[in-house]
Amino acid sequence: MKRKDLLGIRELECHEILEILDTAESMQELSARPIKKVPTLRGKTVITLFSEASTRTRTSFEIAGKWLSADVINVVMTSSSATKGETLIDTARTLDSMSADCVVIRHPSSGAPHSIARATRARVINAGDGAHEHPTQALLDALTIRERTGTLSGLKVAIVGDIAHSRVARSNIHLLTKFGTDVWACSAPTLMPVMLNEITGENSGRLHITNSMDEALDQADVIMMLRVQFERMSESFFPSVREYFRYYGLSRERASRAKTGAIIMHPGPINRGVEIASDVADGAYSVILDQVSAGVSVRMAILYLLLGV
Amino acid sequence: MDLVIRNGRVVDPKRNIDAVVDVVVRDGKIAAIGNSRPAGIPEFDATGLVVAPGFFDIHVHLREPGTEEAETIATGGAAAVAGGFVAVAAMPNTKPSNDNPSITSYIVAEAKRSSPALVFPIGAVTKEQKGESLAEIGEMVEAGIVAISDDGKPVMDGRLFRRALEYARLFDLPVIQHCEDLNLSKGGVMHEGAWSTRLGLKGIPSSAEDTMISRDLILTETTGGKYHVAHLSTKRAVDMVRTAKAQGLRISAEVTPHHFTLTDAAVAEFDTNAKMNPPLRSEEDVDALRKGILDGTIDAIASDHAPHHINLKMLEFDRAPFGITGLETAVGLAFSELPLPIGRMIELFSINPQKIMRVSPWGLFEGSAAHLTVLDPNRKWKFDVALSRSKSRNSPFNGRQLKGKAVATIVNGKIVYEDRN
Repeated sequence: MKRKDLLGIRELECHEILEILDTAESMQELSARPIKKVPTLRGKTVITLFSEASTRTRTSFEIAGKWLSADVINVVMTSSSATKGETLIDTARTLDSMSADCVVIRHPSSGAPHSIARATRARVINAGDGAHEHPTQALLDALTIRERTGTLSGLKVAIVGDIAHSRVARSNIHLLTKFGTDVWACSAPTLMPVMLNEITGENSGRLHITNSMDEALDQADVIMMLRVQFERMSESFFPSVREYFRYYGLSRERASRAKTGAIIMHPGPINRGVEIASDVADGAYSVILDQVSAGVSVRMAILYLLLGV
Repeated sequence: MDLVIRNGRVVDPKRNIDAVVDVVVRDGKIAAIGNSRPAGIPEFDATGLVVAPGFFDIHVHLREPGTEEAETIATGGAAAVAGGFVAVAAMPNTKPSNDNPSITSYIVAEAKRSSPALVFPIGAVTKEQKGESLAEIGEMVEAGIVAISDDGKPVMDGRLFRRALEYARLFDLPVIQHCEDLNLSKGGVMHEGAWSTRLGLKGIPSSAEDTMISRDLILTETTGGKYHVAHLSTKRAVDMVRTAKAQGLRISAEVTPHHFTLTDAAVAEFDTNAKMNPPLRSEEDVDALRKGILDGTIDAIASDHAPHHINLKMLEFDRAPFGITGLETAVGLAFSELPLPIGRMIELFSINPQKIMRVSPWGLFEGSAAHLTVLDPNRKWKFDVALSRSKSRNSPFNGRQLKGKAVATIVNGKIVYEDRN
């Protein structure tokens, strides 16, 4: 990979995305081995810097690094620097001075990884910044979609839920529209960000916006549900969980509007009965756990491409 | 102070002067305008330059008392004269805020002691700018304030703002509002539009400004108060001001150079120097602001000079404070960006600001205090923030090529800034 950092999907070219996905595919067989370790990144130091609660993303990066024999150190930022008044830039420079090769950062402020990247020699991977981007999630979603459908082009993908506050939605919209897939972004009007149709620039014709879940799901190849964050309730984005599920929850009946065999995705952790019914989440077409497995492969691929070659 | 300014193009639209003549200054006042050349007093050769009534920036934050690590009255004054301003009006959001005559008196005294520019304090509308009860407005007027404003903390309580407009009539004092409905803008850090959606940053909708102006215009009409809109940023706000002026309301409006120069796209790389309030808005808004300047809807250009220490601007975009410096780039940006005749430019930077703030007028007439700005409208220069006189460095215009510059600033007949190449 020619880039120093992986900060977002928006700036990536299709061939760069394919390089990551193809590498991830070749990494997949490692997870089936009895001894899941290769020496590829021996002697490399990867620091995960998380200032937001996250179990799956952090663990996924940690496993990916360890299977590649990198030394992975986990730093929870809220408990160290932020409370001491140290700026993000100072934290980054400190880690850089410890000769970290790679910093994986999750931060509630959009753009925080970009500031870190400018201040460090270490390579920076954005593991989610504010409501901006979550590139490794979109890449693992793309790997899952490609495995299941055989393509990333010409599909209809419905993304349903809190689009306004979702970095997962933004990264997926960028990635899928780049490959010529039609994305239907669906949410309540209060959770739809303004001028969403303009964010992809030249690929805006591939992005469709609707408040109707039925319209979004109609003949879809992929249904991607987003997590409802309960703090949204106090800000009156919608009246109640019950009413939310009525209009934007994925029930078995609603799921049947999609194509037969359409896959059902969710970045997790899921709220059963809020945005997705249990029987759907656990049903035959749910690929939610495949996404988790793909996450490890994609993160191994990214670490390898940034540090290994 | 005595001085002869020779051979400049002397322009004062209010006094209908536009001629290449000499200006004679004696004891800090203009003694003669014409071709009399007394011998034996210092000369300033203004050949090829414009000699104008001194420029006045009516929206500046000097940070003293309270945040002297970002700016002081002395350094802010130095930045002002380096930008061509003979005078500034200082917003009251100091620490403590300028809500009583003792703070006003301190600012006036400290400015006399340390600032090369004249400083006219603006008092708070409400005690501690909390929006709860009126500040000691009358006593502050006696101590030297020229207007009242809660600036960054707009008066949300309509009843209280009505009272402020009414009470200020007693002193014919303008009430300046930073128009922002704090409920609509809550949590916002940039203009709400395609860029905020793309970057995942919380937006400040244009409606936050528009609904506040709308309320205020109605209150201005019903109270007969004198109302000044700070830093207009939206198309609809410009339209409302235009309509209200046509109806004869006593209102005036200012715009900042950054709002007519940059759009929200400047935030793309999360540069905290592109973060200010009101935020940089859309192309359409920028066009409307320029149109508003050209057709006279907008009365004044003011910088909203808002210095912040670099430590604060190093924070994450959503945590960094709002505001940029602007005193030294305002004139260069206006001359570079706006296709205006020199007379109109002088109205926007000097004549109208003096009128809005009701200060004893200065200009190119005999007997006037010799507050003058000497301009080279064709000077090409590059703004280097490292050389700024301000204590702070938070400008998005570092390295920008500009055309047009103040090359001398004269206060009470004394050359307090000079840049002769």
